Amino acid sequence: MSEAHSIHGPVAHQFDDLQQQREADELGMWTFLCTEILFFGGVFLAYTLYRLRDEAGFADASGTMNLWLGAVNTAVLLCSSLTVALAVHAGETSRRTMLVVCLVLTMILGAGFLGIKGYEYYEKYEEHHMPLFGLPFIYEGQASPATAEMFFDLYFVMTGIHAIHMIIGMGVFTLLLVKALRGGLLGDYSTPVHIAGLYWHFVDIVWVFLFPFLYLIGARH
Amino acid sequence: MTSVAVERQAQPPDAPPKRNYLNAGYTVRSWLFTTDHKRIGLLYLLSITFFFVIGGVAATVVRLDLMTPEGDLVQTETYNKLFTAHGVIMVFFFLVPSIPATLGNFLVPLMVGARDLAFPKINLMSWYVYTCGGLLTLYALAAGGVDTGWTFYAPYSSTYSNTHVMATAVGVFIVGFSSIMTGLNFIVTIHKMRAPGLTWFRLPLFIWSIYATSLIQILGTPVVAIALFLVACERLLGLGIFDPRLGGDPILFQHLFWFYSHPAVYIMILPGMGVVTEIIPCFCRKKIFGYTFIGFSSFAIAVFGFLVWGHHMFVSGQSVYAGMVFSMLSYLVAIPSAVKVFNWTASLYKGSITFETPMLYALGFVGLFTMGGLTGLFVAALGVNVHVHDTYFVIAHFHYIMVGGMVMAYLGGIHFWWPKISGRMYPEAWARFSAILIFVGFNLTFFPQYVLGYLGMPRRYHVYPEEFQVLNVMSSAGASILAVGYLFPLTYLLWSLRYGPYAPPNPWRATGLEWTTASPPPTENFASAPVVTDEPYDYPKFDAEWRDASFSEELAATD
Repeated sequence: MSEAHSIHGPVAHQFDDLQQQREADELGMWTFLCTEILFFGGVFLAYTLYRLRDEAGFADASGTMNLWLGAVNTAVLLCSSLTVALAVHAGETSRRTMLVVCLVLTMILGAGFLGIKGYEYYEKYEEHHMPLFGLPFIYEGQASPATAEMFFDLYFVMTGIHAIHMIIGMGVFTLLLVKALRGGLLGDYSTPVHIAGLYWHFVDIVWVFLFPFLYLIGARH
Repeated sequence: MTSVAVERQAQPPDAPPKRNYLNAGYTVRSWLFTTDHKRIGLLYLLSITFFFVIGGVAATVVRLDLMTPEGDLVQTETYNKLFTAHGVIMVFFFLVPSIPATLGNFLVPLMVGARDLAFPKINLMSWYVYTCGGLLTLYALAAGGVDTGWTFYAPYSSTYSNTHVMATAVGVFIVGFSSIMTGLNFIVTIHKMRAPGLTWFRLPLFIWSIYATSLIQILGTPVVAIALFLVACERLLGLGIFDPRLGGDPILFQHLFWFYSHPAVYIMILPGMGVVTEIIPCFCRKKIFGYTFIGFSSFAIAVFGFLVWGHHMFVSGQSVYAGMVFSMLSYLVAIPSAVKVFNWTASLYKGSITFETPMLYALGFVGLFTMGGLTGLFVAALGVNVHVHDTYFVIAHFHYIMVGGMVMAYLGGIHFWWPKISGRMYPEAWARFSAILIFVGFNLTFFPQYVLGYLGMPRRYHVYPEEFQVLNVMSSAGASILAVGYLFPLTYLLWSLRYGPYAPPNPWRATGLEWTTASPPPTENFASAPVVTDEPYDYPKFDAEWRDASFSEELAATD
């Protein structure tokens, strides 16, 4: 997003000064996040529609989710939001070690989230709750198998898109880490950390909605 | 216009500016890795012309096939693939990027007095993304095509069609991101990079319309992206989001699809309105009538455009109450559209009108858009809609907007800014001739389709009853004239690149920052950073100053 690291110093050629560049970069990211809201909006609409049609069925299917893993993952992700916020602050106040540590921590937490998510997918596969690639789908709860299959379709689509966003975010943080290790991203140059942080917070907020929709509406037996 | 002014205008410079964006580098690399918005605009111009030709060929074969009631030319499956190819290519690869990605890319920084767009690398990336999506879609066509229609309705697209839906859907999904990147770039540039003194109400109205277009691009495109993504998931992963077997709802696909694709109609027309708003005051030498009304009507169209998607679904099993609300909201869109038409007409009133090529296209736009818009009211009415739903009446209606409107405006804009883009003048006589030819060909092609549709000929049918043949032959004859009409600009514009006389910086004596710099402009756009002190479209003042300058020159000469 930012042209801040051209050889001509912190201001790219198309901007008059640093402030204009920083404002443009931030507005660009906010605009992109509006796009993202509408992108996720489509699947949330599908979820809402189908849940309203068979609320009991969705609750029953949700009851089979592993609440503990979901809760731990939520905590892990919220911690990563904290470390990103600290990284942004470290960048702005030009503390290089702190910036590097916070970026590494964020990536570890992000990887932890994806790891736990992967294990949950594996559990679903074991339980035959994975209606992908023509795998057998066996559901023994009270909900109709069709509703349960729709619930797990939505589960995999929504968490899948979310995971793709996480992976993209991890890629962005890798690039930022390389720059930070070379002594960049400090002070006037720190806008990229700021806008990457905005993106990461957005992805976290999506999860904050996904967690109750998929895990907490369940009828526990 | 005094005779002196005419003389001044007619005098072409002897050579182009020594240093300009076109001669800044001649290697392929200097084009493919450029971050100059003007060069990226030209890359887009080449690409969309390429897709326009392919989409046009598909349309030509469709029209040839419809010359006979039995459809003798191609097989039924091929016919389905041809109209799908025509729709997909023309909508996603020509109309949506047409004015924003070419003229918009070229003009937005020049009009706001900036050196480049806010994110030049993202701008270049958008062209590569567009190219990737385009190649994937071309692959799908070459490998055997798609037969779902450009609307990809589920569950036919997600479950039953055994053509290359997957590759096409992914291609369209990818090209959507190029559209989002372009819109994002424009929004940030217009907000943050305007020259000193260039307040919102001094901006050219082209910028207002591009801004409204960008809003739709960033808010609508992701929704069609997710809809196509879900279709692709269904085909690739075996999910069933739209599968009725699992309680999935195919109508949901239609809602998601039209939530983008109706506003996308305004992506396809708003920039055209912007171009016309630039051309008309220049060739009637008057201030634009009702600047703020035209500006805000662009936003009104963008906002209302998001609230009317259900009028595509009056017969899809949507609730009748939803249908009534969507019908009423659809009528509301007519208000800002009419505001624009009235303001253009009022601008012409008592103006010194001349009929250069861009003006011919602009006037053609106003007439054809009005016809397309008024028939839009027919199809927005619940009862009439049931009668003409999915008939050629609808086809004629939206072609009057998209071809009669957008393509006319696009060609008008290309001619208007051609001197700025290429540094050369195009041959005026040829250009006027082909503008008139296109107008005639267009009307002959699509007016009979209104009649055909009203009489009951459904769209997308390969064969039809014999009594429809006369009108179909008229339409096909018109399409041939239209095709020839399009070949003329393609030829003489290329010709002018080498043989056209050099263009002065401001051949039309137009207002606007883009005319204050050289033709073609230098890479950094302006020799010195512009400061704006004038009101927009102040043609009377501009002409008076021009006369004074010419008069003092004449005096100096006679001394």
